[in-house]
Amino acid sequence: MKEINNETKNLLYFEKDLKDLYQKITELQKLSEKEDLNLEEEIRMVKKRIDTMRQEIFNKLEPQQIVQVARHIMRPSTLDYINFIFEDFIELHGDRNFGDDKAIVCGIAKLNGQSIVIIGHQKGHTTKELINRNFGMAHPEGYRKALRIMRMAVRANKPIISFIDTPGAYPGIGAEERGQSEAIAKNLREMSIFTVPFISIITGEGGSGGALGISMGNRVLMMEYSIYAVISPEGCASILFRDSSRANEAAKVSKITAKDLLGFGIIDEIIKEPIGGAHNDYEATAKNIKTAILKNLNELSKFSPRELVADRYNKYRKMGIFTE
Amino acid sequence: MSIHEWFLRKKTEKQQKNGASERLNIPENLWLKCPSCKSTIYIKELNENLKVCPKCDFHFRLSASERINLIIDSGTFKEMSITLKSTDFLGFVDSKAYNKRIDEAILKSGLNEAIVIGEGLIENIKTVFGVMDFSFMGGSMGSGVGEKFTRMIEHSIENKIPAIIATSSGGARMQEGILSLMQMAKVSAALGRLRENGLPYIVLLTDPTTGGTTASFAMLGDIQIAEPKALIGFAGPRVIEQTIRQKLPKGFQRSEFLLEHGMIDLICERKDIKSTLAKILRFFEE
Repeated sequence: MKEINNETKNLLYFEKDLKDLYQKITELQKLSEKEDLNLEEEIRMVKKRIDTMRQEIFNKLEPQQIVQVARHIMRPSTLDYINFIFEDFIELHGDRNFGDDKAIVCGIAKLNGQSIVIIGHQKGHTTKELINRNFGMAHPEGYRKALRIMRMAVRANKPIISFIDTPGAYPGIGAEERGQSEAIAKNLREMSIFTVPFISIITGEGGSGGALGISMGNRVLMMEYSIYAVISPEGCASILFRDSSRANEAAKVSKITAKDLLGFGIIDEIIKEPIGGAHNDYEATAKNIKTAILKNLNELSKFSPRELVADRYNKYRKMGIFTE
Repeated sequence: MSIHEWFLRKKTEKQQKNGASERLNIPENLWLKCPSCKSTIYIKELNENLKVCPKCDFHFRLSASERINLIIDSGTFKEMSITLKSTDFLGFVDSKAYNKRIDEAILKSGLNEAIVIGEGLIENIKTVFGVMDFSFMGGSMGSGVGEKFTRMIEHSIENKIPAIIATSSGGARMQEGILSLMQMAKVSAALGRLRENGLPYIVLLTDPTTGGTTASFAMLGDIQIAEPKALIGFAGPRVIEQTIRQKLPKGFQRSEFLLEHGMIDLICERKDIKSTLAKILRFFEE
């Protein structure tokens, strides 16, 4: 995926200082062709400079900037990761009631030879793909498909891995008619009693109930530049501050970054991303995810089915801060 | 007098006047305009009619204590976890500090949280009963509501008695960030346990019930009852309108719409709710 690195159009607004350096690379390349010069060393130096600068920028990202990374059009979601992490993937479709929701993909695969069930939101990298996947916003049939496949995993005694990347469950007429809230609620209740190891990974946007609806894992992991929130910073700003342009503030105060949520004990682990975020190197990102999955699966494999249910119940039971 | 003292005095005055909590505390000699049919109603008549408009059957919202009086046998309600309160652990400030919002909600509603839970009898049948109060921050679910609901379900399991909840909630309490979302997981997990223990769980949906509350405990009843014309949905109507950029059909997300689409079991007039609940409880009792 190195070619993406050279596309300045994918730079985020806070990376604009890198644009000149990318242009310099292009100029050097042109010059080297035209004059038949060997400028590889110079190009390498500029690339190194880009990496250093990018690392510096990413070391001090504001929450709302992390939101932009999490939403980057080239950010990998479920199908982008599957081939790097798993073998023998077969996608399974449909909820057997109404339809097949393309915003959630499900399937079976092998992970280092072990059978695994995969559930995940799917976005896209072009407008056409995004529309086809409804921007990763699932309808009730998406949650019901996920439940059908997850229950199959429980019957077959196979672990479940879910990948989360959604702005939220879709708010529309059809979604309401077909019971969006019932679909999510039922998933929450059923996920709580799964007798198999269940790992959820927030890869991009963890958008409220739409995210939670497939992410009640025994372990919840978050990518370094992903977010997980009860409402988007823009939604929060427009409802509570009555001004959607105050999303920066809302992002800060709502504590939605991986670091914040690890501190609150909401998530268990942060998965590192390559310099400049997951979209700069799918393969390296997938490798980090695979390592994390294997480690956590190994730990969970020591639990009996009953212990897995108890572990999950206790995990969520103790969430909440109040006085008495 | 400091503002705090003023609030305290107001609170005492209010409690003395009303006993517990009273929402529509308008003097009895006043008239009121029904928001639905716009006709003018004599408030005394409205109260005698269980706060249902005598002209158009519009169901006004009830406070937690009014709901308890409506459903639970007089004098049998034993409230649990009364002192449990939300706290502003994020230091969340929007147009107002969350801290301040909690204090104001406590004063306004006379309650410590947006949900009241307890044990009580319905036509002599023991139940654990929870009721939400919309006047407490829109009945929103934060850590306090999540914890109290979970305790109510755990009480049901420990004592082997059925659980009933009357909902009224705008959804998750955004001022508690991700922890409000996690309450959805927590309460649903409790209901997973309840189900495995074979105990009945009955939901009474009242106006309005939306968001994270519907996407968790409000839609998980063995039996789902709704008051007439209550707004019940996942996303709020405004959000949907903004997303799809078209006007919503008439009656969208109202009880009758949900019944039509197979999402609830029955719609029940307020005057029949207690007897209906009792019939259902007797069915499970046998």
